[in-house]
Amino acid sequence: MIEALFFLFAAMAVGAAINVLVQKHVLYSALSLIVLLVSMSGLFILLNADFLAVINVIVYAGAIMVLFVFVIMLLNLPEDEDGADRMRWLKFLGIPMGLFLLFMILATLWNAGADAGVQAQMPGSPEAIGRSLFTDYLLPFEVTSLLILIALMGAVVFAKKEL
Amino acid sequence: MVPTHYYLILGAALFTIGVIGVLTRRNIMIILMSIELMMNAVNINLMAFSDRLQQVTGQVFAIFVITVAAAEAAVGLGIVIAMFKNKETMNINEIDLMKW
Repeated sequence: MIEALFFLFAAMAVGAAINVLVQKHVLYSALSLIVLLVSMSGLFILLNADFLAVINVIVYAGAIMVLFVFVIMLLNLPEDEDGADRMRWLKFLGIPMGLFLLFMILATLWNAGADAGVQAQMPGSPEAIGRSLFTDYLLPFEVTSLLILIALMGAVVFAKKEL
Repeated sequence: MVPTHYYLILGAALFTIGVIGVLTRRNIMIILMSIELMMNAVNINLMAFSDRLQQVTGQVFAIFVITVAAAEAAVGLGIVIAMFKNKETMNINEIDLMKW
């Protein structure tokens, strides 16, 4: 059962990811990315990370992707003129390079040895995550808040009338 | 139970698709989305190891990754809007002011 769900969500994720790249219009790519994020959340639930699955849908699919779609609508983009012709060769170079990267990662995984792990119940509850976040990782947490503040100010500066 | 390396292979495949997107597409929105895709591939790896090692650390790091992705999207889209106002294009090949 869990295997079947894994393969379902994995196929959905890979299909949506490829669809992000092959779509001509940017809006369809954004909608495809939302499908990818939802299937990701399904995989997170399979990995006993329920809280992160919910966070993924709320923050990624709910906030970040809405921002993307909003910008696409705001700028009223034309159909993609991606085929600027003088860069055609990028496809013939980029895809083999990417596949080579995949080959390298898989080779590393292959050499990493067999999987013989323990499987107990996962402490993936919001309580455990919050406890870890506010004790062991308090400094990164505070630095993250600083990062968000800087990103906020940067976005406001970029969106000003004249730059 | 699904073995951990299935998740790692899935993460590698998604990351590779993101890299191919950054390398081949010239539309800046698609490139930003490909970067988001790569961050999600990293997240799935973090989750897989969090489940494998029975530690909550991987999920905490995934929260940080999501936060960085949100900050990146905000700043990136701000840059896109400013760029579109100035040059009326989405094609990064036409943004060559600093190109030698």
